[in-house]
Amino acid sequence: MSGIPAVQTIGLRKSFGDFQAVRGIDLTIEAGETFGFLGPNGAGKSTTINMLCTLVAPSAGRALVAGYDVVRERDDVRRNLGLVFQDPTLDGYLSAERNLRLHADLYGIPRAGLDARMRQMLEMVGLWDRRGGKVSTFSGGMKRRLEIARGLLHSPRVLFLDEPTVGLDPQTRSSIWSYIRQLKEAEDSTIFLTTHYMDEAEYCDRIAIMDHGDIIALGTPEELKASVGKDTVVIQTADDDAAIRELDERFSLSAKVSEGAVRFSVEAGERFVPQLFASLPIPIRSVSVARPTLDDVFMSYTGRTIRDAESTSTDRGRDQMMRMRGIRR
Amino acid sequence: MTATDTRHDQPPVAPVRVPVRTSGSELRAIKIVLERELVRFFSDRLRMATALVQPFLFLFVLGSGLSRLTSQSTGNLNLRTFLYPGVLGMAVMFTAMFSAASVVWDREFGFLREMLVAPVRRSSIVIGKCLGGAVVASFQGVVVIAIAGLVGVPYDPDLVFAVFGIQLLLAFTLTAFGLMVAARIKQMQAFMALTQMLVLPLYFLSGAMFPASNLPTWLTVLNRIDPLTYAVDPLRRLVFDHLDLTAAVRHRLDPGVSWMGWHVPTLLELAVVAGIGLAMLGAAILQFNRGD
Repeated sequence: MSGIPAVQTIGLRKSFGDFQAVRGIDLTIEAGETFGFLGPNGAGKSTTINMLCTLVAPSAGRALVAGYDVVRERDDVRRNLGLVFQDPTLDGYLSAERNLRLHADLYGIPRAGLDARMRQMLEMVGLWDRRGGKVSTFSGGMKRRLEIARGLLHSPRVLFLDEPTVGLDPQTRSSIWSYIRQLKEAEDSTIFLTTHYMDEAEYCDRIAIMDHGDIIALGTPEELKASVGKDTVVIQTADDDAAIRELDERFSLSAKVSEGAVRFSVEAGERFVPQLFASLPIPIRSVSVARPTLDDVFMSYTGRTIRDAESTSTDRGRDQMMRMRGIRR
Repeated sequence: MTATDTRHDQPPVAPVRVPVRTSGSELRAIKIVLERELVRFFSDRLRMATALVQPFLFLFVLGSGLSRLTSQSTGNLNLRTFLYPGVLGMAVMFTAMFSAASVVWDREFGFLREMLVAPVRRSSIVIGKCLGGAVVASFQGVVVIAIAGLVGVPYDPDLVFAVFGIQLLLAFTLTAFGLMVAARIKQMQAFMALTQMLVLPLYFLSGAMFPASNLPTWLTVLNRIDPLTYAVDPLRRLVFDHLDLTAAVRHRLDPGVSWMGWHVPTLLELAVVAGIGLAMLGAAILQFNRGD
């Protein structure tokens, strides 16, 4: 598979009625990469994944997975991809082992060696001892682990993980990340995941930040952070509006109130803070200086934090989610 | 020794490759979808119990109650015996619709997506579902066949096999009908409401509860376009062939189905049921293919 990109999209677009969920994205992901799709809920991440997984037909543009067209070579795409959805898609009536066996039958995995393969996957996610248990009795974390084992059972060339850790406790989240890394080493798969947790995006080789259906930034986590360049200073003051005005007048810095504090970006933040204390006529209650994070990257491209983006677009986002779900199911 | 150690000691398991789709792999997919329907039915004790109890309810409660009103018009034939073929049809019908509902269930609980992204034809999934539903529904039919003796229907091997064959065909057609209805429905409540609206008229119009002759014209027309009519009529004829009835009673209770005065032969009736079943299965496959 050398040379063939794992995923390639050309002007990929999807609209639901007059709502544009994905506005023409161009993307090339090399084989073996761990690629993260980052953005608030309703940014178009799931719709993009659904198009790549042949579940939703693109409105325009093309997409290739493992070199196959998602519209014209649907079956070849499906043979080569593994999927872990946001919502569980296991059969709760069946045991863990039977769920995997059913998957093997649906995918036509050769029976020779299947038992060993199933054992390997179940051991990796720590469910070998529970293989006979009915899935409906499993906890949320166990179900997600089983889904990951199932998604990997047929050694997909590209594994899509749609919010693989959403709603899980921190411990389960970190163990899921350790399976993902094990897998990458063992099978040389490409991993394409969506997340809206900033810290998880740091595990990726490259990240695309998506907002309102567009890719607004693309690069390695380091590149993206470097593109922000400056440090972020967050201050709490007695009068935020006055502070913003003063920052603009005295230092020509543009600051914004976000999550109850005044934020601004400045080069060499540590050296700026003493200056700030010396010249700002407003009492400062607290101050923090941080190296850029991906959240700052998101902020610098969109003017808001991911959490702000989600809370302000809740109504619109929920509306979109309902629509996408309606189509997807 | 920890689990991690044993894992590393094992020889590495080779990655598998998913082969290109063949007719063999399609059959394997059909088989597993079918098997899953059976596993789910037989592990659901409540559904099993319902399947066992319901026919008794209709035959003995409804049949015994109504027979007080109608003993004259059925000649000497016990109403329960008259109702028997209709109750068989109904038992199969309810079970078939319930099996078809599993598609809506799978959609609501997400499992349908696991099947829809698999590298198999949508038709394999629909066919597997349909056959699975038909097998489950015919299990219900077997329960009704087993109690035939209690309502005075003899256990003649010819009769049992023929009845089994017809109810299997009926189960297939009704499951296909259910799947066609379920194909685009996203919520269980909606499916339940819709089937209530469709199933009872289909049942009442089929002549399962009354002889389909000398009816008002509007009812005759509706009766003739109801596919269930063409399964209930041969069932009744088969059962009555094995009973000791006078020609007059026979004529009144088992008039047969006619189109514009032409008597429709049994084989054609069964062909109608099979044809409608295949057409509905085709429609269900189209719906799933078009999907999303």
